[in-house]
Amino acid sequence: MSWITALRRRPAAGYAVVLLGLVTIGMGYGALTSSGSPASAATPGTVSPQTIAQGKALFQVSCSSCHGMDAQGTSQAPSLAGVGAAAVDFQMSTGRMPGKDVGPEMDRKPVTFTNAQIYAIAQYVASLGGGPTVPSAAQVSSAGANTALGQSLFITDCAQCHNFDGAGGALTQGKFAPALTASTPKQIYEAMLTGPEAMPVFSDTTITPAQKRDIIDYITRLRAEPNPGGFSLGRIGPVTEGIVGFFGGIGVLVFLALWITMKRRES
Amino acid sequence: MSETQPSQDLPEEDGHQSRAPHRVIGTPPPAQARTLLGEAPVSAAPESPRELPAGPDNPAKAQTAEKVVATFFILSMLASIGFIAAYVGLEVGSVDATLRSNLALGLSMSVAFLAMGVGATIWVRNIMPNVEQVEERHVLASGEPEREAFTKTFTEGAEASGFVKRKLLRRTLIAASVPLAVAPLVVLRDLGPLPGTSLRHTVWRKGMRMVVYGPNTPLRAADFSIPGQMITVAPEGYTENQDVLAKAVTIIIKFAPGVLVPNRPGQPGTIMNWTVDNIVAYSKICTHVGCPVALYEQTTHHILCPCHQSTFDATNGAQILFGPAPRPLPQLPIGVDADGFLIATSDFHEPVGPAFWELG
Amino acid sequence: MSTVTGKLLGGTGRWFDDRLRGAQITRTWLRKIFPDHWSFLLGEIALYSFIIILLTGTFLTLFFQPSMTDVVYHGSYTTLDGVHMSQAYASTLDISFDVRGGLLMRQIHHWAAILFVAAIACHLLRVFFTGAFRKPRELNWLIGVTMFVLAFTEGLFGYSLPDDLLSGTGLRILEGVLLSIPVVGTYLSFFLFGGEFPGHLIIPRLYVIHILLIPALLLALVTAHLLLMWHQKHTQMPGKARADTNVVGQPFYPYFMAKTGAWFFFIFGITALLSTFAQINPIWIYGPYNPSGISAGSQPDWYMGFLEGALRMWPSWHWNVGGYSFAFNVFVPALVPLGVLITGLAVWPFVEQWITGDRREHHVNDRPRNAPTRTALGMAGVTFYGILWLEGANDIVARFLNISLYLTTEIARYAIFIGPVVAYWVTKRICLGLQRKDNHLLEHGVETGIIRQLPNGEYIEMTKPVSDEMRAVLESRKELPQIAAPDGDDVPAAAARGPVGKLRVSLNRVLNESIPLPHGNGHGNGHAAEPTAVTAGEAHPDGAERADGDGTGT
Repeated sequence: MSWITALRRRPAAGYAVVLLGLVTIGMGYGALTSSGSPASAATPGTVSPQTIAQGKALFQVSCSSCHGMDAQGTSQAPSLAGVGAAAVDFQMSTGRMPGKDVGPEMDRKPVTFTNAQIYAIAQYVASLGGGPTVPSAAQVSSAGANTALGQSLFITDCAQCHNFDGAGGALTQGKFAPALTASTPKQIYEAMLTGPEAMPVFSDTTITPAQKRDIIDYITRLRAEPNPGGFSLGRIGPVTEGIVGFFGGIGVLVFLALWITMKRRES
Repeated sequence: MSETQPSQDLPEEDGHQSRAPHRVIGTPPPAQARTLLGEAPVSAAPESPRELPAGPDNPAKAQTAEKVVATFFILSMLASIGFIAAYVGLEVGSVDATLRSNLALGLSMSVAFLAMGVGATIWVRNIMPNVEQVEERHVLASGEPEREAFTKTFTEGAEASGFVKRKLLRRTLIAASVPLAVAPLVVLRDLGPLPGTSLRHTVWRKGMRMVVYGPNTPLRAADFSIPGQMITVAPEGYTENQDVLAKAVTIIIKFAPGVLVPNRPGQPGTIMNWTVDNIVAYSKICTHVGCPVALYEQTTHHILCPCHQSTFDATNGAQILFGPAPRPLPQLPIGVDADGFLIATSDFHEPVGPAFWELG
Repeated sequence: MSTVTGKLLGGTGRWFDDRLRGAQITRTWLRKIFPDHWSFLLGEIALYSFIIILLTGTFLTLFFQPSMTDVVYHGSYTTLDGVHMSQAYASTLDISFDVRGGLLMRQIHHWAAILFVAAIACHLLRVFFTGAFRKPRELNWLIGVTMFVLAFTEGLFGYSLPDDLLSGTGLRILEGVLLSIPVVGTYLSFFLFGGEFPGHLIIPRLYVIHILLIPALLLALVTAHLLLMWHQKHTQMPGKARADTNVVGQPFYPYFMAKTGAWFFFIFGITALLSTFAQINPIWIYGPYNPSGISAGSQPDWYMGFLEGALRMWPSWHWNVGGYSFAFNVFVPALVPLGVLITGLAVWPFVEQWITGDRREHHVNDRPRNAPTRTALGMAGVTFYGILWLEGANDIVARFLNISLYLTTEIARYAIFIGPVVAYWVTKRICLGLQRKDNHLLEHGVETGIIRQLPNGEYIEMTKPVSDEMRAVLESRKELPQIAAPDGDDVPAAAARGPVGKLRVSLNRVLNESIPLPHGNGHGNGHAAEPTAVTAGEAHPDGAERADGDGTGT
């Protein structure tokens, strides 16, 4: 390792160590932060009494401690009568439910139930009081969608919370509108339909099913696009651009300036 | 006078060691050749001493450096050619194609420039001999004789021009300049119309239907019946007119019965006469500086403006809860027409948007 | 020099000299000395970024259409196919996706603008902290502050040209700010926008200001800035043989030309590298401007962030009287921090000159630690600016650092007062501490890392005196002239009379607060003759012994 000792006293050694430290930290941070994986869509099947019974059993084991044995609600959680299968499917397929760490907001978490189990619980809750149903694949597909209308609706009624890129945004008192990067088309539809937590309700009579498909089409197209200008920097705009400009731009240039004006080693 | 730092090891017993770093970053050391530059001597006869060394301090090192620099310059040349090739060869016209083109053009341009920079820096640092020269500064202030001569010339000229002595001349000149200077400002008058009362009104009128902005279809009250709903609406027929939208765009929110706080004397709240079946309409233009205030939290009934976080209570006549907005969002009086569609029953009863001087 | 090139250059030179008599003056220019320091290159980042902006901007003007006429888009970016937008926005999409190199040019233009303003800020701070604004450079300082204001105004107008949702929101806020100005606000707004917001005139008007008026002003000012710097010669950092009466460095030709040329290529190269790998201002994601739409996490470009933060932080104070509204909640945060900042920067050289009474020319820079109060005030100003800046991104901070949104604003409302005070105090103590460290080096020399054992068993570390170069740097601390002391009869000097005079005296005392240099020249340090042998054993307080093994006592 004598080559390290020999190089240690070079003028550039200090800068090299700092650079190495920065790169190591950056790569470590990048490796540690991971993106969640989208939950798979629950496949609708036929509603049989066995399904509802199975759903009820699962419900009483996993959900009743907060929602009550008959989903009538307790001080900790609201009643589920009338919320509909769509709400249950949304909450459970995104992992938000079963809820842990009750705070201002339920975060998306890894899903703990299988598709069939979620379907069963959803049908059980639907049997308690009706409510919005889980959309079919055709209802959320982008085929023939009017992307321009989707863009207009998204900007007018969604972007103020979720950001024009669907990156999410801060709400009051510790709540936040989540990013849309991991949401499936079905989950987006269900969220609009049922208005989970602080999100308003966008019923089918206000934003029609076709218009919901248009919005979903815009969201999915936008997030699937590559970034032609380079790394996206989070697509949230000038904040990250400014950080990169100062540290990436001015910072790197300062190192180069040091090189140009450094004292010359006498030979 | 020159100083060279000996690089050979000194005897151990000797207290003077050269291992301790005494470098101050950024301040170059004294160089091999330090010359004092005075006034540039005009004669540059062949026998006058050189001001700059002819060649590098270490010719062998400079030879290697020259090869390195040449490599970088050739790299730059290749990158520039690559840039031209990428421009000619790569089409754009889709997001993917633009990505490829941007990457190719940008990378080749970056390499071309950076390689030039690296080459030039190595050139200066390793091939050009290290010199340090001293140039004398002169006091910047002129000497007294020059200042007096200037003053003399200036005052003589002023006297000769007659500007000082002839009051009529001077005063009429100044008098002539004033309107001439003001005229260019006056011609800017037609930059825009006078505000008049235009900021006090929007286009909303009695009977004007509300349309869902985007699809631009009118909305029945019966279709907006689930508590927790919110949507942006615009006046029918004006959805393409941005000037109108900038004041008239409105949000409507549906509440469950009993949630809205009615307006009472001394206790401002929601004006129930202006609601329809617990549907209330507020201006979407924030009263702070005009951003659309559309962030509605169903659970807390807060309307939050994402620009500067002004927060309004939707159940309570959009009273201010937090943030820099000075007054609540104006409430739009609404009703339903014969077919059940939501309509405005009048214009807003106060100006919408940011406060202005004549607001009152 | 080869004969062909030589003849060509000689002939050209003679042709010009026949007409201009330029041999002697040009020779002076070629020999002109430029001092070297990395921080002197910050201003050049701004200069070369400006040139890059001009070049890429010219390219963009060949394709951009500054019109707010509504069109329906049917271009290459199919996600927005069928969307209504202004021609300005549509032409920006065309530049990005239908002109080869268009996106690259847009990104270089914008990144260069970011670097331009950032470099001006860094250069400004360097000049401030080294006292390079002192006589005779006050005029250049004022020109620089003016260019700073023009630069971020130019940036604001520039990024508003594409008429996208994000920058259009900024224009909406501009309209709200104008409206809030008492008496003339509504008129200003209607005259700028040609009527109500948004109208159809703002983009073409901003275009003219952005491509013609402000660049012309900037070109004129930067030329004056450089000519002044050339005439007065650049300042230099303290060091051996450097004084207020000379300038030490390398000649313009060929050294500085080569270095500044290399620097230009580096700046262009780094800007191009950023534009290749870091997407900036992706307006296709934001969508065209619509006054009914808004996005969470809307921020202006970084240099406007401090104004945005001020708007977010300010409470909703307003006053309605007699049918008129004083919208303090808007025009105060929008104009007062900006006014305080710019005015403070502009008048500082004159304020400092008044306090110190120092009317000498200064051509050697201060080390920031040697002007502790000035450096501390500067850091207080930076903290003030920084808190406003952070608050401008408070919803992003809240979202990604999981802090409650209102809490960020509440913290900022207190931090804006506490932060600068703390920054002042901490910076000042750090500067004074560094001065003491310098004194220590002067008095006791540099540690060598060589441990020696004395005969009595004690271990000491050998020190050696600082080198001549370092000594020159460490001893560059200058005593500032005190305001004249009272005369023999205790009558205060004229400058110190009255409440203004007393204020001046106490400010003078605070500004001059500094650790004096050690007595003597640091070799003897007031001690008796140095021990010539190691066994003399006169230990210094820090345990190190002066190592004068050769017995010469130096």
